[in-house]
Amino acid sequence: MEWVSAIIQGILLGGLYALFAVGLSLVFGTMRLTNLAHGDLTVLSTYVALIIVGSGAVRFNPLYSIPIVMVIMWVLGYALQRGLLNFIVQKGDVQGVIVTFGISIVIMNALQEAFTPNSQRLPVGELESRSITISDQLAIGWLPLIIFILAVVVIAVLQLFMNQTKMGRAFRAVSDDQEAARLMGINTKHIWAVAMGVALLIGAIGGVMMGIRTTFHPMLGSDRLIFAFEAVIIGGMGSSWGTLLGGVILGVAQLLGSFAFGPAWATLCGHVVFVVILALRPQGLLAKTVTA
Amino acid sequence: MSLLQLEGVSVYYEDFQALYDLDVTIEEGEIFACIGANGAGKSTMLKTVAGVLTPKRGRVLFDGQPIDHLPPYKRVELGISSVPEGRRVFPSLTVHENLLIGGYRNRKGSWTTDGVYDLFPLLQPLKKRQAAGLSGGEQQALAIGRALMANPRLILMDEVSLGLAPVVIKRIYEAFPALLKSGCTILVVEQDVQHVLTVATHVACFLEGRIALQGAPSELTSEQITAAYFGVY
Repeated sequence: MEWVSAIIQGILLGGLYALFAVGLSLVFGTMRLTNLAHGDLTVLSTYVALIIVGSGAVRFNPLYSIPIVMVIMWVLGYALQRGLLNFIVQKGDVQGVIVTFGISIVIMNALQEAFTPNSQRLPVGELESRSITISDQLAIGWLPLIIFILAVVVIAVLQLFMNQTKMGRAFRAVSDDQEAARLMGINTKHIWAVAMGVALLIGAIGGVMMGIRTTFHPMLGSDRLIFAFEAVIIGGMGSSWGTLLGGVILGVAQLLGSFAFGPAWATLCGHVVFVVILALRPQGLLAKTVTA
Repeated sequence: MSLLQLEGVSVYYEDFQALYDLDVTIEEGEIFACIGANGAGKSTMLKTVAGVLTPKRGRVLFDGQPIDHLPPYKRVELGISSVPEGRRVFPSLTVHENLLIGGYRNRKGSWTTDGVYDLFPLLQPLKKRQAAGLSGGEQQALAIGRALMANPRLILMDEVSLGLAPVVIKRIYEAFPALLKSGCTILVVEQDVQHVLTVATHVACFLEGRIALQGAPSELTSEQITAAYFGVY
């Protein structure tokens, strides 16, 4: 029965990975930018929540900080794109990688300066330990379940936004052909900035939930980035549901590995499954690529 | 006042000069055709008007106002829309969505998606299909429809007949009177001289970044055009 539990926990963990990965995939999709700072920006949002929760006379539940962190991260994302990244997006892939790598290092070190390298967490009280008991050996924690449901809701809303709104249509047009999109009257600089804002806004949900679920420290960003990359690639570029599936596969692989060989093997098992899928189906499981 | 004026426009690609002090005046209601060989600078001029390229020297005036400093999307707002070379429809979007993107800036005017489907009935049954699956002619019709959705005063058409069957080219050109009627001025670039001369009200023959010959098609002999096209004097 324990392996069933491992699979279920893995699926739920996949929801958290998807929350990190969706933004990465959105940014790559709309502007072909590989944002190496995505993991650190997500961790930054966890610290933003920490400031909000810890400051002020009233310490309030970190869950309530989520909307505020989302707004802050949206603004930060928009400003970062408009003020810096827009200038390098069209210069080529390498420039984007170098600049975002630099941003990643800056954020990581600034967080260490400001918050020390020690692990911290966002306490939510008894919700942390509450669970639904299914049988003696099988219980599902409320918190992981909430995170998974959040991931599903976020992806569903993102899909609606992309398919049903004018702005979403513009995102897809820019993704298809940015020069043609500009000729049709789309201000690509604005669209890219909104995309970065949305990516960080979704990342903020993941960042805060991660801080509630586990401990975090300033160096965590690169780990998160790798898991996010793997989730996107397993699922297939351009497919949000694929990214969720990728996150789930990664989560299940890690927790089954941990169950079978011990906790130290969890990460490696995730990577191995990723490499196998990359080798067998490099376009990803639910790839959605269209060319003219 | 002329609708579009280029005054002494010089455009460079890095060190290579593509246009030399170009002067062009286009009046409202014209079908202004730019013809010439590959690399003569026709498309460069179109891209300069659309705002994709910026001139190093000279001015571009639209309706008397300088527009050099405006990004492409602001020019669409003023009423300059494009049918780019190679059609450049958005492959993952449906035909209908492509048209809606054409109307992104909400410029007021008479064109609607229904108007475009009336003009090109072949698009009607394809409405929900992804543009990637369309034939070349269908994509070209879609690209023109998409540009019309911006309710342009000036429509820039780059190589509309390239790679299309003669029967399709004929159908595309047959749509021109409807465009004029809706108040568009047409600036068309072509390598295929035959078709465009039948509809154009003004022809400019480009040669190595300059205009070698221009005038109304009726005033020009085919010998003159051939000479200007190939640079034989």
